[in-house]
Amino acid sequence: MDEMKRNETQTASTVQGTFTAEADKKGGPDSDNILEVRNLVKYFPIKSSFFKRTIGNVKAVDGVSFNIRRRTTMGLVGESGCGKSTCGRTILRLLEKTSGDVIFDGQDVFALSKEQLRKLRPRMQLVFQDPYSSLSPRLPVGEIIGEAVREHKIVDPSEFDDYISRVMDVCGLPSYYKERYPHEFSGGQRQRICIARALALAPDFIVCDEPVSALDVSIQAQIINLLMPLQKDFGLTYLFISHDLSVVEHISDTVGVMYLGNMVEYAETEKIYAKPLHPYTKALFSAIPIPDPDVRPERIILKGSIPSPANPPAGCKFNTRCEQCMEICKNKVPEWKEVEPGHFCACHLYSESV
Amino acid sequence: MAENKKSSYISGKESRRITRFNRRVTKKLEKERADANKDPKLYTTAMKDPDNIVEFDNVCTYFFSDVGVVRAVDGVNFNVPKHSTVGIVGESGCGKSVTSLSLMQLLARPAGQTVGGEIRFNRGDGTAYNIVNTPNAIMEKIRGDQISMIFQEPMTALNPVFRIGEQINEVIELHNPGMSEADVKARTLEMLDMVGIANKEGVYSMYPHELSGGMRQRICIAIALACSPTLIIADEPTTALDVTIQAQILDLLQNLKDKLNSSIMLITHDLGVVAGMADYVVVMYAGRVVEKGTADEIFHHPCHPYTIGLMRSKPVVGQKVDELYNIPGSVPNPVAMPDYCYFRDRCEMHCDRCSGKYPAEVRLSDTHVVSCYRYYDEGEVLGQPKSVNVEDLL
Repeated sequence: MDEMKRNETQTASTVQGTFTAEADKKGGPDSDNILEVRNLVKYFPIKSSFFKRTIGNVKAVDGVSFNIRRRTTMGLVGESGCGKSTCGRTILRLLEKTSGDVIFDGQDVFALSKEQLRKLRPRMQLVFQDPYSSLSPRLPVGEIIGEAVREHKIVDPSEFDDYISRVMDVCGLPSYYKERYPHEFSGGQRQRICIARALALAPDFIVCDEPVSALDVSIQAQIINLLMPLQKDFGLTYLFISHDLSVVEHISDTVGVMYLGNMVEYAETEKIYAKPLHPYTKALFSAIPIPDPDVRPERIILKGSIPSPANPPAGCKFNTRCEQCMEICKNKVPEWKEVEPGHFCACHLYSESV
Repeated sequence: MAENKKSSYISGKESRRITRFNRRVTKKLEKERADANKDPKLYTTAMKDPDNIVEFDNVCTYFFSDVGVVRAVDGVNFNVPKHSTVGIVGESGCGKSVTSLSLMQLLARPAGQTVGGEIRFNRGDGTAYNIVNTPNAIMEKIRGDQISMIFQEPMTALNPVFRIGEQINEVIELHNPGMSEADVKARTLEMLDMVGIANKEGVYSMYPHELSGGMRQRICIAIALACSPTLIIADEPTTALDVTIQAQILDLLQNLKDKLNSSIMLITHDLGVVAGMADYVVVMYAGRVVEKGTADEIFHHPCHPYTIGLMRSKPVVGQKVDELYNIPGSVPNPVAMPDYCYFRDRCEMHCDRCSGKYPAEVRLSDTHVVSCYRYYDEGEVLGQPKSVNVEDLL
């Protein structure tokens, strides 16, 4: 482990100059998983208009469990409204949980005091979807990137300027951009600024919430090609939330598929793309447009749209749109089961009792 | 940095000159377009090929902005054959939406003006409208009736204060003044049925906010198809939707196109969508067509370095690559376009010849045309796209 760390530091320093002293400081317990999410639940209450009584819940995340190994990328896919972004934000404790546990590097994120949480914050960062609304228009780029660095005392004040320049350089931004303002930049460069802002705090874990969805195809490739080497050089772990399945396949080591607040399938990327098990995953993958006019895939066209998360169907939540729906699906919630080694799925088709 | 600042700096005097010039030009053009009693001869022509529904012939659409003239569409040539789907692809800002808006005359006027070229729209009786000169009064009759458009954002394309039924009725009433109220309603319900809405009576009296994104896009399609147009322009119809809903909507569009015998102009940046839908593909870059051909030619034998780069920069499911290709740099400044090939500075295959004039179109086959010096020896060299000198407009 130690040797790995040293090797990695060396590569990083040869590739990108210094800026890795911080990476040495945080070793953490010798656990393989950087993040463990156990049965995470997040409900948003619906209040009645007058007495403000809770009259129902929007079940945005309804019992999600997964682990992320160090220095890997987990892709989280699903339709809009399936709770993937809420899941990402609850993990970072930007939203309070309803129940369940999030263990980050051996620490229960929701058990921490305000002061402890503040210490943890620099280690878990977030890159937002829309680079146009996530940068303050009033701050110059150097300040956007450096604000949190100063606040968390990541580097000595005397090295501050130098450090920001190095971070910008790593993200492909010339250091003379420091005095410029966000409106002077294109979408791709703004997203680089967002990444630099997250990276400046020397994090271990970054939640990328649809970082390339708002960008053009050629710029998308530039950002993906920036994110992937950064992961290697700085030993980062990503939770990559996206609805673009081809991007997720390219960047992720493992993939989780969510539907209406639940994880329906989880496996390594190769496994899940080669042999999806859950009918929803199958439909989702068959809907991917393929840039080849000769290939006309057998599309499984799902009927209707995603039901309301405030009032999800009983039993398996997917039963209203499922082609292989059985009687049991309407009554019983399917178990989360390891169907094949490392390949988890929640579907009655794979339970032995049926 | 100082140099960079300088290039975008405009003195007060220069700025006033630009504004004055813009006002004079746009006023003149607007006056011509507002003339309802224009001699029909001025905007009636004949199609070059009667099998086409629309022919774009060196179309130039410029925006007269305060920092100078932006040549959003600059000499675009392509045809939309009858009963076929033409996909227009390119990055944002390449002029693909402006091309379609020029055809609909829905540009942000007075700043945006089509200043040159011809857009010939087939009337079906041997004559054609030249949309560029057609006055507003005539355009109002064409729009929504013979050409209609589906927009990107179904959330904002519908009016939130009117019921769905009324919004579809409006189009039918406007273009069929003699129709009785009952007939209009029957037609609306028929349309709702056609776009696959099960609860049509219920949806008829609903408001847009009660529907999901996919349903709203179906309503937009119903509105667009209510008068059985001969050409449907779909401007990124599925970009705001999920993959599963996208598959539903594309399936629907394809079926309706065959049912109504229309043509589709599909504008998108998603190569996967184009491959699944289009018969012909037009690739645009910085306001010009860089390559066009059948879907087969573009996807299997892409020729222009930009098309090749675009194909390689998108990860494809089932094809593992270690690193994605990325096109270096970004699109040139639209106010000050270079006089050589617009793509040269980002092109990895550029040669000495590329520093010369903008490359002419080279015909590689009957349908396949590319604008690149690398193919000058391989096919018949056609003309260059012609810009309009804005000073001549006065």
